Amino acid sequence: MEATVLNLLASILGPLWAPLWALIKPIWPLIWTLAKIVLIMVPLLLSVAYLTFWERKIIGWMQVRIGPNRVGPWGLLQPIADGMKLFFKEVLFPTAADKKLFVLGPIMAIAPALALWAVIPFSPGWVLADVNAGVLYLLAISSVGVYGVIIAGWASNSKYPFFGAMRASAHMISYEISMGLALITVLMVSNSLNLTDIVMAQDTGRAAGMGLGFLSWNWLPLLPMFVVYLISGVAETNRAPFDVVEGESEIVAGHMVEYSGMAFAMFFLAEYANMILIAAMTSIFFLGGWLSPVGFIPDGFHWMAAKMAAILFFFLWIRATFPRYRYDQIMRLGWKVFVPLTLVWILVVGVWMMSPLTIWN
Amino acid sequence: MGARDFIGSLFLKELFKGMAVTGRYMFARKITIQYPEEKTPQGNRFRGLHALRRYPNGEERCIACKLCEAVCPALAITIEAAERVDANGQTSRRTTRYDIDLTKCIFCGFCEEACPVDAIVQTRIFEYHGEARGDLYYTKQMLLAVGDKNEAQIAADRAQDAPYR
Repeated sequence: MEATVLNLLASILGPLWAPLWALIKPIWPLIWTLAKIVLIMVPLLLSVAYLTFWERKIIGWMQVRIGPNRVGPWGLLQPIADGMKLFFKEVLFPTAADKKLFVLGPIMAIAPALALWAVIPFSPGWVLADVNAGVLYLLAISSVGVYGVIIAGWASNSKYPFFGAMRASAHMISYEISMGLALITVLMVSNSLNLTDIVMAQDTGRAAGMGLGFLSWNWLPLLPMFVVYLISGVAETNRAPFDVVEGESEIVAGHMVEYSGMAFAMFFLAEYANMILIAAMTSIFFLGGWLSPVGFIPDGFHWMAAKMAAILFFFLWIRATFPRYRYDQIMRLGWKVFVPLTLVWILVVGVWMMSPLTIWN
Repeated sequence: MGARDFIGSLFLKELFKGMAVTGRYMFARKITIQYPEEKTPQGNRFRGLHALRRYPNGEERCIACKLCEAVCPALAITIEAAERVDANGQTSRRTTRYDIDLTKCIFCGFCEEACPVDAIVQTRIFEYHGEARGDLYYTKQMLLAVGDKNEAQIAADRAQDAPYR
């Protein structure tokens, strides 16, 4: 792709290209990387904006309402209006807050949510950084996200944010464990930490050979882990029914209470970017990423997008359906159900892989 | 927890049931009333903006008995009275001031219930606004103007409700 872009630039600029190239050649890798970052970030932020709109529509429909339909045709400009409103609002600093940490909080929340996209492959070769330890990078950076919540809650120096931070630190860390353990089974069967390899490994096997690729994706042989991962993913992003960190009816909005304007929008962006990221990770680990479910339709990014959209719809669906978990129930589910279940299942998959009945070889 | 319940919760049975319900409702007919274009029906007893009524000869109905002022739970009504010659040529007790502070009013309808001459009434009007706080302080002239403008509707609503009074 890089060569294509260079050729295109050369043909557009003609004779001007040679001197220009001599000038920018030393910093070309930087320019190229920045261009790729922009190429990922802009669609991502746009999809975050429209995910909020989609969420309001879906939840509205499920509650027998219409949802936003006033701003622009079918309400399509609603997220733009929301963004403008937040952008022009004042960012208030509480008197008792620690200013530096107060600013750091939202940054720490949004930075990992965006940085994680570096290793997500959208299609063969369409990845910003084809890291060999991609899964490790994902797990490591996504763990940093919890610091944003904790720092924000602590720096606000106010009781509800503090409760939110306390809840977040226990809750997000608990579910990270079951999420990580569920991913171990995926790593075992795909024998790689590279996300592209994990996707390609799902394209092998008897079902894939018969042109029924969707049967050889990880979701079927690892079904319990798929369910655990999906539920932990919802919990990880602090979405309903695991939204005790925000808990509007109990602690107003938890760590976000004292934030306004763009600082608040940062948390919002981070939450929805994380949702999209979990959707992307689920489709890569369990639903075969960009692979086509049946042999006669070509693979490609459209499949990745469709799978992500389906998972995001699932997230919105369960938000519209379930009431919030009680806090001790969340802890029970995380520690007493998911962690033992995943540990046992790692053993089961290990034995399965060693037995003559193995489907991975 | 019996074996059945355990199997059920292991396979998230009740969660799927719940999701089936919301999934069905997603395609149900929406009940939203899109307000400025569509409106809900109003009853003839609707308690909206107040009005002071007049008799057909143009004389105000209000006799300054101050029952509405006394009954008002929000203390929103202020009345001052004096004697004057009315449209019938008789000396009678009439209001010189009749103010309702709509920012205090709770629209309970007691003033209308208390009124012995059906002078103070509540109309069907609910779409009014004030751009300054004082705009919602309705004076006697403003209330009479509301009454004059909507007398036909007010009279029709009272006539419809008369058998039940």
